[in-house]
Amino acid sequence: MGVDRRGFFKIAGLSTLAGMAGKTSMDALAQGESRFAPNPEALHGKRWAMVVDMEKCKSKEGCKDCILACHQVHNVPDFGNPKDEVKWIWKEQYHHAFPSQENEYIKDDLKHANVLVFCNHCDNPPCVRVCPTQATWDRKDGIVMMDWHRCIGCRYCIAACPYGSRSFNWRDPRGVDEEEESFIKETNPEFPTRTRGVVEKCTFCDERLAQGLLPACVEACTEGCLKFGDLEDPESEVRKLLAERFSIRRKPELGTQPEVYYLV
Amino acid sequence: MYDAGKIIPGLVIFLCLFTFPFWYNVANGKASQRPELVIDAAEKQCVESKEFMRIMHMDLLNQWRDEVVRNDNRVYLSTDGSKHTMSLSNTCMKCHANRTQFCDQCHDYMGVTPYCWDCHIQPRESK
Repeated sequence: MGVDRRGFFKIAGLSTLAGMAGKTSMDALAQGESRFAPNPEALHGKRWAMVVDMEKCKSKEGCKDCILACHQVHNVPDFGNPKDEVKWIWKEQYHHAFPSQENEYIKDDLKHANVLVFCNHCDNPPCVRVCPTQATWDRKDGIVMMDWHRCIGCRYCIAACPYGSRSFNWRDPRGVDEEEESFIKETNPEFPTRTRGVVEKCTFCDERLAQGLLPACVEACTEGCLKFGDLEDPESEVRKLLAERFSIRRKPELGTQPEVYYLV
Repeated sequence: MYDAGKIIPGLVIFLCLFTFPFWYNVANGKASQRPELVIDAAEKQCVESKEFMRIMHMDLLNQWRDEVVRNDNRVYLSTDGSKHTMSLSNTCMKCHANRTQFCDQCHDYMGVTPYCWDCHIQPRESK
């Protein structure tokens, strides 16, 4: 005898239920423990930011402690030629760093100050939007990160960045100049170099944050001009500094929301 | 067959030339020469078993790379429960410090040229 309509619906319904239950339990079983975890000592933030105290920074004439520390830790090559220059952190004249600050008559020392500049780790980063390979992206903690494995050297990000924060390796950073001198004076074996054809920039020392350390420039500054912290944390030093003193940012009118603040 | 006298010797000569690299290596014993790995490690146990690492180290390293760079995960939980920092330069090459006698041995044998060390710095070798 064949199955009647009523019997067929019963069997179909029951087998659907059994299938669904089986799938759910299989899924639950398949979710094993993750093999990867962040370093327990890592510093965590929701929106990392840097505050540069320009009053303090200009007090020490010609100081390059932070620049040297950063470039040494990250194996940044020195090609000895401004055309090929690779830089993560450098000094820029006030009217170059803040072209939209149009006040003609300001304090003389500010007008002629050399401003410490680096990647602004924008909240709305134009470089990320143009990267065709997602080699650069906005991390959850606000860091605009670089994956040098993925960079194909198209330099769209360099064109998109309004701050000139990105450098291209036109030459092999591991190479030597005419006097057989290495472009990287003192190699840090714990950090990779880059290759020719790769873009690089400041990453707010993601590798140091993961070890519970502050960025290398912050640590190197003996004058305490650089403060690094989480803007989402109302108790953080950066928030307190920004609440107390007047600060400016580079080219805010572009809407990139830079996360580097300058106390003036 | 027309011109069998030319075609067959021609084919034989072609086959001989085409397979020459194989015969050459068999003749001078290179084919049976297996790569010899030298390791001077502080630790006796790698992050996973020898058999796993032999076949899967490239996949493991790719996964480590993605986890570290893209997801900011720095610690690897091994099958035996031990924890390791995921880093080629700072973990792997602390034990496998002799690239030419370890990594390159098999890579050369297999004819693969990984570009890890174009950026990652290998320890200086004494020998």
